[in-house]
Amino acid sequence: MKIVVCIKQVPNTTEVKFDQKTGTLIREGLPTIINPEDKNALEEALAIAGAVGGQVTVLTMGPAQADYALRETLAMGAHEAILLSDRAFAGADTWATSYALAKAVEKLGEFSLIFCGRQAIDGDTAQVGPELAEHLDIPHITYVRRIVALDEKTVVVERALEDGYEIVESTLPALLTTLKELNVPRYPSAGGVITAFDEKKVMVWTAEIVGADPAKIGLKGSPTQVKRTFTPPVKGTGKMLTGTHKEMVQQLIQELRTKHVL
Amino acid sequence: MDFALSKKHEMFRTLFQEFAAQEIAPVAAELDESGEFPWLAVRKMASLGFLGLPFPKDLGGAGADTLAYILAVEEFSRACAATGVVLSAHVSLGAHPIYQFGTKEQQARFLGPLAKGEKLGAFALTEPNAGTDAASQQTTAVLSGGEYVLNGTKIFITNGEVADTYIVFAMTDRSKGLKGISAFVVEKGTPGFTFGPQENKLGIRASSTTELIFEDCRIPTGNMLGKEGDGFKIAMQTLDGGRIGIAAQALGIAQAALDESVRYAKERQQFSKPIGTFQAIQWMIADMGTDIEAARLLVYRAAWLKDMRRPFSKEAAMAKLYASETAMKHTVKAIQVHGGYGYMKDYKVERLMRDAKITEIYEGTSEVQRMVISASLLK
Ligand SMILES: Cc1cc2nc3c(=O)[nH]c(=O)nc-3n(C[C@H](O)[C@H](O)[C@H](O)COP(=O)(O)OP(=O)(O)OC[C@H]3O[C@@H](n4cnc5c(N)ncnc54)[C@H](O)[C@@H]3O)c2cc1C
Ligand SMILES: Cc1cc2nc3c(=O)[nH]c(=O)nc-3n(C[C@H](O)[C@H](O)[C@H](O)COP(=O)(O)OP(=O)(O)OC[C@H]3O[C@@H](n4cnc5c(N)ncnc54)[C@H](O)[C@@H]3O)c2cc1C
Repeated sequence: MKIVVCIKQVPNTTEVKFDQKTGTLIREGLPTIINPEDKNALEEALAIAGAVGGQVTVLTMGPAQADYALRETLAMGAHEAILLSDRAFAGADTWATSYALAKAVEKLGEFSLIFCGRQAIDGDTAQVGPELAEHLDIPHITYVRRIVALDEKTVVVERALEDGYEIVESTLPALLTTLKELNVPRYPSAGGVITAFDEKKVMVWTAEIVGADPAKIGLKGSPTQVKRTFTPPVKGTGKMLTGTHKEMVQQLIQELRTKHVL
Repeated sequence: MDFALSKKHEMFRTLFQEFAAQEIAPVAAELDESGEFPWLAVRKMASLGFLGLPFPKDLGGAGADTLAYILAVEEFSRACAATGVVLSAHVSLGAHPIYQFGTKEQQARFLGPLAKGEKLGAFALTEPNAGTDAASQQTTAVLSGGEYVLNGTKIFITNGEVADTYIVFAMTDRSKGLKGISAFVVEKGTPGFTFGPQENKLGIRASSTTELIFEDCRIPTGNMLGKEGDGFKIAMQTLDGGRIGIAAQALGIAQAALDESVRYAKERQQFSKPIGTFQAIQWMIADMGTDIEAARLLVYRAAWLKDMRRPFSKEAAMAKLYASETAMKHTVKAIQVHGGYGYMKDYKVERLMRDAKITEIYEGTSEVQRMVISASLLK
């Protein structure tokens, strides 16, 4: 079974800072990690490949430093890694990102499954996975917390909802986005680290190699225009109401009235 | 000159830090108290290839190098010095002599399972009357009927009883003195080979330390490492490498003392201020940080020299001497930073101080390191 996993290298902090003038993320100097839920995506792919046999290809679009994140996936056991890297990709929003990823997946040829993380901890949009599926015109299932069944033609998963879950079946090929609950990512092995650095290569693909339309990539291909970014003011501390339900409701109404909400 | 770790070694360090945080640190205090061997962590280390870090892949190892292995001992010891020495004694003392001195056949038979982590290794030189004076071995090995017959007692053996494969030194010809000592690979379960009780220790309590007893224990001649009479050379060269491991263990302990001290100095308030705002505390922390950096440079350089196949005996002794004395001195200071709380078992610094002491003793006391260093300088 051929499986593609999309990963993103992200700053190792949830408190990323923005350049107030340009409205872009300040990435310099921040230690980077593989987006945590992408590790769950990779773990699931590796587990499936281990169980039924298969090939796991990891794909990322990013700058040259993303090589390190890909090496980590090779150390965990991924079979091959591709870095989509080109100045022309710079400034991509989620749409241009997913278009570029789709072109790379097309170049890879036949596949059964694509795994993405639910959401990147820096960009936080959760759009890339579903958009990639749309570009490729395949079904997608988001928020996968368990794979119930998988064969050559179909996959059945538990998909988390806010207050429960649903069981969804899809034909293959399909794209799944993964949650933390899905699994516990394995450690790279020591021999795997050596394989990743001394025995394997990270392939670097440019826009030209994947045959991407120059008008659809990078800043030019991005419908999103960041007008301004700002850090929302820290919320004030909440006030806990106590007493019986009735008393609390009364207090709440009183409170809302004094704040002129009601 | 580039002091930065390569990307590969950075990945190793991150991996060892994550492993230590999740698999070693959470149980360290408990195992110190109970004296229970860290089997769970050791089995996971085995499955990830950590027990064969510096050995080539075709011999069952991970194909990494001394520096990667040293980073593992450092990071594991930072969480639990007992777990650190299990790895160090296994790799440097148990497995490495077979790698360095073993025949192809011995490497396949003994090193493979050790490097893959299927078996654990140990090294038995010390005897009741042969400590620093390792040459005065009383254990004997006598050739009889195509086998060597071992008689004698080894003491204070790290990984004793838990290990499967032991490098054992014995006199094969007393008349030849140093040149009369030979090295053998002895497997647990060999008739005539038994263990004394577990030692009850000041520190590294979760590590296993036992006596090994040999009573007419018959060893095939094929289990001799090197030639008859090579034993002392094998022991000394093995300890040269082992010292880098113990230096890394000391470094990890010292780093943990700094980690704890920095955190506590920021947290603990007296006179309505964090104690870290008092110069007396600041200076202790400055000295700790400086000595630890110096120790780290010595330790990594010794590992690098070994990886470059250059002479490293003096540098390994310097690294071990400096790192172990840094660990001892600054774990005491770390308790000082913690005041009365630091004297209590609820805080990690108390364990660090007890664990630090052994690094000044085994694989050559600090006095021995000074002898090695000065002998080299005054040559
Ligand atoms: C409003 C807005 C502001 C932005 N601001 C900036 C900015 O300031 N600076 C900047 O550099 N970019 C910016 N971007 C671009 C954005 O970071 C990228 O488009 C990013 O690659 C995808 O968005 P995300 O981080 O939300 O990923 P999500 O859609 O949350 O990611 C979901 C999953 O998709 C996959 N995935 C995501 N990105 C990649 C990738 N590059 N390669 C492979 N797989 C991937 C992963 O599996 C991931 O878990 C902005 C985008 C938007 C919409
Ligand atoms: C927890 C633990 C684990 C150990 N693990 C192992 C192991 O796995 N394998 C193994 O073979 N051994 C092991 N040892 C033994 C250890 O290596 C010895 O204890 C050490 O070499 C010192 O020997 P000794 O205890 O006999 O002390 P002694 O040699 O009796 O030394 C006593 C003191 O005299 C000093 N001294 C001795 N000779 C001189 C001299 N010529 N000049 C100046 N000072 C001198 C010493 O430095 C020391 O301060 C272990 C010991 C301990 C405590």
